[in-house]
Amino acid sequence: LAHGAGGKATHTLIEAVFLEAFRNPLLEPLEDQAVLSLGGPRLAFTTDSFVVHPLFFPGGDIGELAVNGTVNDLAMSGARPRYLSSGFIVEEGLPTEDLVRIAESMARAAEAAGVQIVTGDTKVVERGKADGCYINTAGVGVISHDLTLGASRARPGDVVLVSGPIGDHGITIMLARGELDIEADLTSDTAPLADLVDRLLAAAPGVRCLRDATRGGVATVLNEVARASDVAVVLDERAVPVRTEVRGASEILGIDPLYVACEGRFIAVVAPEDADAALDALRTHPQGTEAAVIGQVKADPPSLVLLKTEFGGTRIVDVLVGDPLPRIC
Amino acid sequence: MADEDTPVRWRIRVEGIVQGVGFRPFVYALAIRHGLAGLVGNDAQGVFLEVEGPPSGVAEFHRDLTREPPPLAVIERVTAEPMPATGLPGFVVAASEPGGERQTLISPDTATCADCLRELFDPVDRRYRYPFVNCTNCGPRFTIVRDVPYDRPFTTMAGFPLCAECAREYADPADRRFHAQPVCCPACGPRLRLITSPGEDITGAPPGEDVPGDPIAATVALLRAGKVVAVKGLGGYHLAADAASPEGVAALRSRKHREEKAFAVMVADVAAARKLCAVDDAEERVLTSPRRPIVLLRRHRDSALAEQVAPGNRFLGLMLPYTPLHHLLTRELDRPFVLTSGNVSDEPIAYEDADALARLSPITDAFLLHDRPIHIRTDDSVTRAVAGREMPIRRSRGYAPAPLRLGRAVPRPVLGCGAELKNTFCLAKGEYAFVSHHIGDLENYATLRSFTDGVAHFRRLFDIDPQVIAHDLHPEYLSTKYALDQTAIGHRVPVQHHWAHIASCLVDNGEVEPVIGVAFDGLGYGEDATIWGGEFLAADLTSFERVGLLEPVRMPGGVAAIRQPWRMAAAYLDAAFAGDPPRDLAVAERNASTWDAVLAVGRSGLNSPLTSSAGRLFDAVGALLGVRDVISYEGQAAVELEQRVDPHADGAYEVGFAEGRPFRVRGADLVRAVVADLHRHVPVETIAMRFHRGMATAIVAGAERARAATGLSAVALSGGVFQNMVLLSGAVEGLSRRGFRVLTHHRVPPNDGGISLGQVAVAAARDRAGLV
Ligand SMILES: [Fe+3]
Ligand SMILES: [Mg+2]
Ligand SMILES: [Zn+2]
Ligand SMILES: [Zn+2]
Repeated sequence: LAHGAGGKATHTLIEAVFLEAFRNPLLEPLEDQAVLSLGGPRLAFTTDSFVVHPLFFPGGDIGELAVNGTVNDLAMSGARPRYLSSGFIVEEGLPTEDLVRIAESMARAAEAAGVQIVTGDTKVVERGKADGCYINTAGVGVISHDLTLGASRARPGDVVLVSGPIGDHGITIMLARGELDIEADLTSDTAPLADLVDRLLAAAPGVRCLRDATRGGVATVLNEVARASDVAVVLDERAVPVRTEVRGASEILGIDPLYVACEGRFIAVVAPEDADAALDALRTHPQGTEAAVIGQVKADPPSLVLLKTEFGGTRIVDVLVGDPLPRIC
Repeated sequence: MADEDTPVRWRIRVEGIVQGVGFRPFVYALAIRHGLAGLVGNDAQGVFLEVEGPPSGVAEFHRDLTREPPPLAVIERVTAEPMPATGLPGFVVAASEPGGERQTLISPDTATCADCLRELFDPVDRRYRYPFVNCTNCGPRFTIVRDVPYDRPFTTMAGFPLCAECAREYADPADRRFHAQPVCCPACGPRLRLITSPGEDITGAPPGEDVPGDPIAATVALLRAGKVVAVKGLGGYHLAADAASPEGVAALRSRKHREEKAFAVMVADVAAARKLCAVDDAEERVLTSPRRPIVLLRRHRDSALAEQVAPGNRFLGLMLPYTPLHHLLTRELDRPFVLTSGNVSDEPIAYEDADALARLSPITDAFLLHDRPIHIRTDDSVTRAVAGREMPIRRSRGYAPAPLRLGRAVPRPVLGCGAELKNTFCLAKGEYAFVSHHIGDLENYATLRSFTDGVAHFRRLFDIDPQVIAHDLHPEYLSTKYALDQTAIGHRVPVQHHWAHIASCLVDNGEVEPVIGVAFDGLGYGEDATIWGGEFLAADLTSFERVGLLEPVRMPGGVAAIRQPWRMAAAYLDAAFAGDPPRDLAVAERNASTWDAVLAVGRSGLNSPLTSSAGRLFDAVGALLGVRDVISYEGQAAVELEQRVDPHADGAYEVGFAEGRPFRVRGADLVRAVVADLHRHVPVETIAMRFHRGMATAIVAGAERARAATGLSAVALSGGVFQNMVLLSGAVEGLSRRGFRVLTHHRVPPNDGGISLGQVAVAAARDRAGLV
């Protein structure tokens, strides 16, 4: 049950079941995409499934998310996304106009991201299954630079940046379920990021690693980097950009924004000499105006993410095993 | 047939706390007194000795060995066997023998003894006013030990070669300082300095004069002027301030970011303590014991302390000086002073000089420090006397690492990893359980480091190689994650949090039979993945059954509901009034901007786990009564609610039960009763009393149901909520009146500091039963 939160349980599930069964050198790094060589330019290839509820929410819908999510997983390898597939699992009784709305939204998102949806599939399942509709997308992109990016490439001294304020998407979704009596002027941050990434890589070839902070949020993604690179990531609590509305809603919900999903934000680990150039490149792009340096990579303690708090304390930001449950007595 | 005059030789082995406590000089003197020849030495198992002489002399020696040991020695076992006589004359002290399987016990740090004190204040003694005077009967131990055997090279005194005079004392078996490892004097030992920052010594040399200054006098002058001074103590740095100076104490609070939690105060002696607090015989015993904990005492209404020392608190934590440095300060300052942990709120106490200078500089005006390194960070212990017996709140300096005896030997060595907050760990081998010093809140990285380093240190010191590792069920506890990472240890035993609480109480009392365990607590992860904390268990060390619980309610916003007790008030009101809580309550008005939102969060279940925690019910009532909406330290709302109780008020609230196995205590009934009294404008102090009585009654009624269901008639009370004296005494009294035998805590705290011992006890019992 706890296997969906994007935390350690999911990770264990993936490693124990799928990596075990499918093991090969391309899958092994467990990046968000595989980088393939078929003789021509290097290709990035990825797939993702989308099960968001509700299907429509302020700032987007499941269709837009399905395009942007896959496009962004490609972009995180520095690829230019080119072609997508889309597979629908639709619950019997989903209003046709909803499906049309989703499809139109996907088309718009594809156009904005510069990709074509070139193949697809649709299955209808009985009522009570599939929460209205699930979408799977797969995508292929072309890598034209010769950088190697990856979660295992962070080195002590590197700088950690985030491309914008965190947590908008996750909080928007929680509020959109309508059970909570919380008013907040918030929309999902879902957006295609390939443009912003292009700009970043051109300005800062010292980028080591890019990760979109989706499920499990910035905290989970940085833990993956810390473990894969065997380094410490030390965050400065005050430097992490969080919108006032997100902060307010998170406080009411008792949730730490560091663990909340984004759909249009990524973290970048950059060699120190390129950190200024990277921040500049992000901030001069309309999608990255609120980008910020949020921390540093250190040698010690390996495999941990630490947060320097306002009073100068150092808190461990661990991967959650399951749903957040209070630990204090 | 033995000839009366034929000399015999015996080899004797003494185990227990027998190193670093003057045991060899004691043996030496005893042997001389009985005219025996032979030798004595330390090894990894304790003290070994051989004595040779007439049979009657050897027999008398053997008898006196256990009859009059040195004050700090704790003899656990003496074994003796005959061996051939050698005819060698004289009695010698043999060199220590390293290696072998270690079973040595290490003495806790011990307060300055009367002999050393006399020297400290004797103007003709060569250690007059020397802040590091100590002997085999007192002084630093655990905090300076790097390794065993306990010998100077393995302590942080290794860098101080003895001067000729000290060397003579150290080598003289007739001297009080014979083989006192930390022995030193002004000529060869550590030195005190008073500085404002690394390069700036303000020891107090008068300008232009070439005489050494007096750091004690200069410190006293600073404290008198209302300044904050960081003082390097035994187990870490303290922050000191004149307890009568509102400015000094207020400055300390704001710089430490410690808004409300009470500060401890050091006073010169029991007479000075009595000026501030009531001190009964049991309290005096604890206060003056060589362990020197902070003792929570009921303060006099008119005690002349700054209000900021312990705002709104009926109790005050007092301690007496326990190092020569403290004695010099208390005597020369001649007034009570705050002596609180050297840290910023929530951080572990600083104990390494460089770290202290970096972290405490923004807090303190000066540092009174010295060059004897502290090897292990050890916080002051906190305790209280309840009905004439000690009940620890925090078991650390002066107590750790003295072992607790388990009734039976553990089948295989065990490590218990403890809880998340107030963490201790526990290693057990044979009949000994070594509960660690207070580690603290593991979420803090420096604290997690002291946990992992501490486990490694204890494993080495006591030569324990655990084969079984016990841990909490909470998947997010860093201690759980640590346990799961120890793949080199073959067997893992998860132990439910409240079962561990009850198990710790059983071990504490040497109880082996099953009991009714009442675990009233903050929070602990339950077997059903909800959050427990108001539990009636039928338990022994191998298994438990949850026979009753407090009816669960939601915690709206999870952790936020702990930091903001008013959220628990909202959740309890929602439960008590079936989703339609009264809107005219002050708690709702004070929190109007988010009241409805928080109610909705709770109803949605989003990040709002169900909990049966008794602590959360105290929180809810604390907020309802306007005592505390938001807390700045753990348990604050409950602590302050207890303070508000009017013991003379009449009445008790009644609570209903949903029968069954498990039965459920309808905590919401108490909340409804509180609301009714609030509507009748009953004083808060009366409501607080009636609520406490209601909780105590619920405990008794719950125990009656548990007895009916199981036939058990002993009740163990454990969990952090039983630090509440009003509740504890009410429950003990009610249970005793109903014929229950009641077990409470005396050796480990009822709070999470005791969890590691409980885990170890359970793991060992299950191992013995073949269940591991
Ligand atoms: Fe507990
Ligand atoms: Mg993905
Ligand atoms: Zn002494
Ligand atoms: Zn000396």
